[in-house]
Amino acid sequence: MTHISVTVDGTAYEDEVEPRLLLVHYLRDRLGLTGTPIGCDTSNCGACTVELDGASVKSCTVLAVQADGGEVTTVQGLARDGEWTELQRAFHERHALQCGYCTPGMIMAARDLLRENPHPGSDEVRKALEGNLCRCTGYQNIVRAVLAVAEGETAAGERTGSAQEVTA
Amino acid sequence: MTDQAVEREVGRARLRKEDARLITGQTNWTDNITVTGLLHLAVLRSPMAHARIEHIDVSPALERPGVVAAFSGRDLAGGLGSLPCAWPVTEDMVLPDHPPVAVDEVRHAGDPVAVVVARDRYAAADALEAVEVDYEPLPPVLDLEEALADDSPLVHADKGTNRAYVWPLRTGEDFEAVKQRADIVLHRRYRQQRLIPNAMEPRAVVVTPLAASGEFTVYSATQIPHILRIMLSVVTGVPEHKLRVIAPDVGGGFGSKLQVYGEEAIAVEVARRLGRPVKWTESRSEGYLATHHGRGMIQDIEIAATREGRLLGLKVDLIADMGAYLMLVTPGIPILGAFMYPGIYKMDSYEFNCTGVFTTRTPTDAYRGAGRPEATYAIERAMDELAAEVGLDPVEVRRRNWIRHEEFPYASIAGLTYDSGNYEAATEKALALFGYDDLRAEQQQRNERGDGVRLGIGVSTYTEMCGLAPSRVLRDLRYSAGGWEAASIRMLPTGKVEVVTGTSPHGQGHVTCWSQIAADVLGVPFEDVEVLHGDTLAAPQGMDTYGSRSLVVGGSAVHRAAEKVVDKARKVAAHLLEASEDDLEFKGGVFSVKGSPEARRTIQEVAFETFTSHDVPDGMEPTLNSEYLLDPENFSYPHGTHLCAVEVDTETGQTRIRSYVCVDDVGRVINPVIVEGQVHGGLAQGIAQALYEEAVYDAEGNLVSGTMADYLVPSAADLPDFVTDRTETPAVSNPLGAKGVGEAGTIASTPAVVNAIVDALRPLGVHDVRMPCTPERVWEAVRSAQARSARKEASA
Repeated sequence: MTHISVTVDGTAYEDEVEPRLLLVHYLRDRLGLTGTPIGCDTSNCGACTVELDGASVKSCTVLAVQADGGEVTTVQGLARDGEWTELQRAFHERHALQCGYCTPGMIMAARDLLRENPHPGSDEVRKALEGNLCRCTGYQNIVRAVLAVAEGETAAGERTGSAQEVTA
Repeated sequence: MTDQAVEREVGRARLRKEDARLITGQTNWTDNITVTGLLHLAVLRSPMAHARIEHIDVSPALERPGVVAAFSGRDLAGGLGSLPCAWPVTEDMVLPDHPPVAVDEVRHAGDPVAVVVARDRYAAADALEAVEVDYEPLPPVLDLEEALADDSPLVHADKGTNRAYVWPLRTGEDFEAVKQRADIVLHRRYRQQRLIPNAMEPRAVVVTPLAASGEFTVYSATQIPHILRIMLSVVTGVPEHKLRVIAPDVGGGFGSKLQVYGEEAIAVEVARRLGRPVKWTESRSEGYLATHHGRGMIQDIEIAATREGRLLGLKVDLIADMGAYLMLVTPGIPILGAFMYPGIYKMDSYEFNCTGVFTTRTPTDAYRGAGRPEATYAIERAMDELAAEVGLDPVEVRRRNWIRHEEFPYASIAGLTYDSGNYEAATEKALALFGYDDLRAEQQQRNERGDGVRLGIGVSTYTEMCGLAPSRVLRDLRYSAGGWEAASIRMLPTGKVEVVTGTSPHGQGHVTCWSQIAADVLGVPFEDVEVLHGDTLAAPQGMDTYGSRSLVVGGSAVHRAAEKVVDKARKVAAHLLEASEDDLEFKGGVFSVKGSPEARRTIQEVAFETFTSHDVPDGMEPTLNSEYLLDPENFSYPHGTHLCAVEVDTETGQTRIRSYVCVDDVGRVINPVIVEGQVHGGLAQGIAQALYEEAVYDAEGNLVSGTMADYLVPSAADLPDFVTDRTETPAVSNPLGAKGVGEAGTIASTPAVVNAIVDALRPLGVHDVRMPCTPERVWEAVRSAQARSARKEASA
């Protein structure tokens, strides 16, 4: 067992963990933070993407001990006082999720992209999300959602509007 | 937009009620569920495609830390029956025994041989290594045609054959006679590669037992909580009324969770034996072996036609890979396709013959579209071949053969009644959006220049059958259940509304759409409606979600149940207003007396009055609740036209989709945002079959594409932007006019893409490319066509 101290979504934890314990299992099984799901065992799907010290990582390829001393943000730590982030709003407004299983990872990966490149083009968004698989949406609405944030088009008023019938 | 149109919910682009939980991570996936005392179950699987279990000893696993129990197939056999098949398509179908854990013999790589139960998931996985198994290898059965030979090794030796069934359909004139009078007879062979459905959420099950009363709660990542409850009762012997099945948040299904899986039954049995709650969650690579696959067919298709390109007859010989066992609806999947091979076309003769074959591979079953994509692929590829043969544009050949708008309702040659459709309108709209003529002109120029990168244009005009299914039709097809769907409406004392649906969504947005339907009929705000589903306690009756049936059948049931509430409320309102029911108007949720609008009651007020029951009509039950079980009159028939332009590099074999346009007619649209989303997702899966995905086995029957690293699920970078549009020809057989949308994109897109690739390469002498059309296969097709033409020149 190894001792770790880690801050997750703003809360500090001290724990004893097996060295082989994956960060995603630590979050889910030990801390009960089940907002981050697991979609594969080969690091291909990206469903478990979280932020570790400000960069997105697939938490199935990081050991919990590697997060020692670090700061982790999951999708559960994004909303502040019930206010969704712009990306969360954009995913909702652009119907960028169906079953929602890939959504936490998509949102975390998109945050990383927008930090690096606040004004990406459509191809850049597609490229940046290559490591996050979705089986429901065909990606188009996910790309739209990310572009909407980049272009500042997530006006809160649009949320209940009926003029969202989008055909290209 | 008129005021009235704004008031209406149906047709409005409502954003989803479902999203709030999902985008904040407050989800209830099965693997998230935990209870005190929970044990973790892990499954040891066969590393071989076919072998006899000579010896198995699970006891060494018990020595491992954290392990609580371990069981072999023989240990569990007493408590568990065979896994069910609900679709014996013929009277003499061969139905092998299917133990949830193999007892004497394993029949595909991944067949379970033992289970271990431990205090945490790592300990359970570790302990699997300690189980001792000696296998005596048996010959694998992999090739569908060789499997039918008399001297083939057998998947189920006791059955004496690998042929599961033969299912024929013959209608219209004799096909041989039609061939005699045809100018052209084309014979083509197409292959539907095996696909792995890949719902993003792996399967999972949690079972909590209540020993004192013999009750079990089963949480499962399933599309079918209601069917699962019945079938688990049969397999485990737990009485149905002691089983509660809950499908919590379910992360996609695409047919792969329309199943009763061994692990669900095993978890019940283990929980029963240990008196402890048990969880099993599959890993992705485990799922590739253990979750059913889709497609897997060889299609021999023959068409007879005139020189003018008019179809006279169609004959289909299908060999369908069942895999090692018949699961819930395995045998019926190709049969669903039987009715769809004629597509949107008129013809005088149709002959269909399907042979189901056992192989030593993971069982097949429903995958998005289930039988209908395969049928559409074959007929739409063949129509392009006919066009090439008679020298017509592929769109023109379709025009010459399709059922015209004025001919609906139309009795299709396969025995269906297409209730409504307008193929001309969808096609014209699609051609205009696509810029068809300009692209053809560009194609011609590029061909004349002899460009290394060829432009190809693919068309697919499809119809499908949704709204599975009228119960009497299911009887005729020997399917062991009805096709009705249930809905209940509870108007609560405060005027809020609970809709209880028997459908079980996993991403399709039922909560939002059902709210729209109920809000419109009841005249209450969208926000005042809650939808309950996916729990046999909260929603005791249902037939669940698959085959694009939910809106057509389940949504219609909600509509009818809401009408029943209004009828009842009208009686109470008439009583309260001292008016006759006939004198009442109901609009926007308000009952008012005709001619005296001040005499009015809102439906919410009526709900409260009914709840107090202080002053209701004599003999009236004191609730505004209703229940409606709707059995559909007919299938529904979405249709549409899909157009794809590809650029194919003849040097590298690389295909790039340049543009993709589709115009689908899914009848009346409840929510256009959700419709568009469903089309996008469907397109991605259909395009993936055309270009990327295939379950590949080696000569020993090992799944080579056994992980997500080896099986190409397309990413955002692999897919284009789609242009989607609609025509709207309402269905006439349900009160909503809806037709179903979930599978349309998948059904139509695969042939559109492959037709485009072949169209690009046809001037080079290519007539077909086998799916998935990987760069290697395309390159091979170009090279062998060049070699053929060189040989021809040399011999000339």
